[in-house]
Amino acid sequence: MRILESPLSEETVRSLRLGEIVYINGPVITGRDEMHIRAIEKAKAGEKVPDEIIGSVLYHCGPIMTEIDGKKSVVAAGPTTSARMNSLESEMISRFHIRAIVGKGGMSKEVAETMAKEGCVYLAATGGAAVTLAEGLYAVDGVEWEDLGMAEAMWKFRANKLGPLIVAMDSKGNSLYEKVNESLRR
Amino acid sequence: MVVEKLLRLSNTRLPHDIGWALEAAAGWETNEIAYSQLGAIMDNVKKAEFLGRPMCQDTGIPVFYVSGKFDSSIAGLIAEGVRKATKSIPLRPNTVDPITRENSGDNLGEGMPIIHYHPTDDDFTEITVLPKGAGSENMSKLAMLNPADGIEGVKRFIIDAVLNAGGRPCPPTIVGVGIGGTADVCMEMSKEALLRPLDVENEDPVLKELEEELFIKLNESGLGPMGLGGSSTVLGVRIKKAYCHTASLPVAVNIGCWATRRATARIKPDGTVEYIQGGE
Repeated sequence: MRILESPLSEETVRSLRLGEIVYINGPVITGRDEMHIRAIEKAKAGEKVPDEIIGSVLYHCGPIMTEIDGKKSVVAAGPTTSARMNSLESEMISRFHIRAIVGKGGMSKEVAETMAKEGCVYLAATGGAAVTLAEGLYAVDGVEWEDLGMAEAMWKFRANKLGPLIVAMDSKGNSLYEKVNESLRR
Repeated sequence: MVVEKLLRLSNTRLPHDIGWALEAAAGWETNEIAYSQLGAIMDNVKKAEFLGRPMCQDTGIPVFYVSGKFDSSIAGLIAEGVRKATKSIPLRPNTVDPITRENSGDNLGEGMPIIHYHPTDDDFTEITVLPKGAGSENMSKLAMLNPADGIEGVKRFIIDAVLNAGGRPCPPTIVGVGIGGTADVCMEMSKEALLRPLDVENEDPVLKELEEELFIKLNESGLGPMGLGGSSTVLGVRIKKAYCHTASLPVAVNIGCWATRRATARIKPDGTVEYIQGGE
């Protein structure tokens, strides 16, 4: 079992092999469609974005959160479909040096090429395994852009053994999804 | 109260037939990655039920089916149940205005909740809920085929819809199919088809055979759990049909993720309520 410590170095990221099963410890942020749009808009306008985005492990996830006595905690947090962010992700990776994307279903060839260039990997989380994955997020460090709604806000978590995650797109431009797709018996 | 409980049950406890189908799928898998995905799913299902938490963070849009004896007050009761359940379970507030993308915060809003009505002569009322997540719903497909495309065209369309969706609808999935009707009825049938438990056979022998053929073909494809490769791509294929225009051949696909959640409350004349999920 390989446990990766976030923030990840480019060297660690580039050492990951396709199909490897890994877990993550340390800071993880969430971001979906609206978070991507806002981060890019702000950066383009020369405005500051939250520091945590830089060099982050970005989890495509819209969690269910609850608040008890003013303390926020995570109820369920599985991955969302990453392909929805295909048109936004290359810019996110290049601008903010995202080191790992955690999601489901994989991303486009264009994103794979950007990941190879910038040193980023795609880690597949099990879709729907929201309670198991929430157990891997033991602390809530805060939230940004809560006006976007619970699902679309940027949540800041600390992970302890978040996973299992499969290295489904490596930093050499290879994609497990593409390999599976090429050998499909239709 | 009944609707709130129904939403809690459907979101926290996977119907047993689907649980068994996942166990069976894991038994067939030889691919290590596929096995790890099914393992994580089954581990998650147990934890969700034990902790009383939604098994998936996408608690979806609850689609309701009301049948039996009822009057127009039922829509208000269902809406109130959704509003309460969103806070008490909690469910993720998912409904937004399609133009402004503004979230209502309570899973209600224009056109919500979605309710299909089927009045019958029974003395009880049945409320069924199918919480439908967007990952699978976004993969929905409708084709108005030419009658000349025939059953082969129908099969090709269904297979392509499932394989082109890849890992996005969270396989192993349940494939809901509608054949015939008009465009709207065809789509409606494809979703309603998902309600039939995996251990209940299609009453129509022709459709039963078609379901089995597609089930084998899709599981031989190699797509596997989460599209990462393997031998379990679908847990079942469910087909409904209706007569259609002589110039039409509508076919619709509505995919249900592995967590095709469903639950039914049967409210009897004496006020007692029986909760049914299928697969028991």
